[in-house]
Amino acid sequence: MNAPDYHIPGSTAVAPAADAGPHEMTCARTVNEVLAQSQVESVFDELERDLVGLVPIKQRIRDIAALLVIDKLRINLGLAAEAPSLHMCFTGNPGTGKTTVALRMAEILHRLGYVRKGHLVAVTRDDLVGQYIGHTAPKTREVLKKAMGGVLFIDEAYYLYRPENERDYGQEAIEILLQVMENQRDDLVVILAGYKDRMNTFFKSNPGLSSRIAHHLDFPDYAVDELSQIAQRMLTQQHYHFGDGAEDVFRDYLERRIGQPHFANARSVRNALDRARLRQASRLFSERDRVLDKADLTTLVPADLLASRVFQNPSS
Amino acid sequence: MMTNPTGKITQGQFSFLPELTDAEIRLQIDYGLGKGYAWSIEYTDDPHPRNTYWEMFGMPMFDLQDAAGVMMELASCRKTFPSHYIRLMAFDSTRNVESIVMSFIVNRPENEPGFGLLRQEVGGRSIRYTVHGYASDKPEGSRY
Repeated sequence: MNAPDYHIPGSTAVAPAADAGPHEMTCARTVNEVLAQSQVESVFDELERDLVGLVPIKQRIRDIAALLVIDKLRINLGLAAEAPSLHMCFTGNPGTGKTTVALRMAEILHRLGYVRKGHLVAVTRDDLVGQYIGHTAPKTREVLKKAMGGVLFIDEAYYLYRPENERDYGQEAIEILLQVMENQRDDLVVILAGYKDRMNTFFKSNPGLSSRIAHHLDFPDYAVDELSQIAQRMLTQQHYHFGDGAEDVFRDYLERRIGQPHFANARSVRNALDRARLRQASRLFSERDRVLDKADLTTLVPADLLASRVFQNPSS
Repeated sequence: MMTNPTGKITQGQFSFLPELTDAEIRLQIDYGLGKGYAWSIEYTDDPHPRNTYWEMFGMPMFDLQDAAGVMMELASCRKTFPSHYIRLMAFDSTRNVESIVMSFIVNRPENEPGFGLLRQEVGGRSIRYTVHGYASDKPEGSRY
């Protein structure tokens, strides 16, 4: 480039503003100081308060957070701290909270200063893979650009690879994904999610992808106690509550429902509660002349739950 | 008369300043993203002042949160067109604005010969003037 033949007053003192980030925490010497500056503790508390169960997941999140805090201290002392690879894979049965945790993960990583913006871009196969030749690369790149500075959450990632069709464009999307995951790992964090067995097959056919993901987190199924807690929280959020005996009936319902096919953990709980609300509404609707007070409108009685299909067919 | 006294073409913002570094470009992009602008990248090898519409390098980038995405695209444009003019433009989609609100050159050729002033004598003593880029005598693609 040509140097200009003129002089701008003050132009020599151009301050390089690029490395303003790491210096923010120069003074922090202890873990507590870093934690106070990043306010990551409050995220932990929220995590503990809002998410029932999921003990191994919470532990892993704490481990990752600890590593990032220690790295921050190392940088402050001038020690080399290579940015750890934080791409993750969430496996687990439906309704075990994969998306919810991914959202939290974006916030935690943002507070720790690992990602710059802390937003979550949730995509599926349709958003990455195109319909004709030459459509996939721009589409994938566009999604990646939107996710930069935050977290890219690919739900049901195993659909990206379709072995039965050798001309499937999914492979192309995976290749672009791999390239960016490797070269720009401080710009975005990729989280793949899906059911365990299908993700395992997916990784077997894409070993490059598996080896670039450092954290494989397996979401355990919820126990009845945990599901019942989740139900309580959902009801509280919607300003409902269980009437006399309804909670025991609901536990009974859960125990029967868990054994049945297509049980989707927290999602099944939500659906069961939605159906109970419907039954409560029609129960109240049928009593045309009754004056309904607040307690009537917010209480789910055992009859609302006992009408469920699960109770009518005890053999299954 | 010198038509190109500084040895570099001045168009858009910051063009009288020394070249922006990548860190400075990133700050400008972040400023625009903070305002909700959509960035796009254009290139040309004919920087005539009347050449308003340069070639688009990919689609305008809507819904971005971070400058890294634009920088990635800029890097790929610089790799494809190392000695073309490349500019970044920010589009403000606010109702009734709906136009480009920022535009600056981020890549230029090594050597910029600039423009010549052509005088055409027409009826009587009238003269018509036109600006002609020296580089545009050569065919497209081999100008710089």
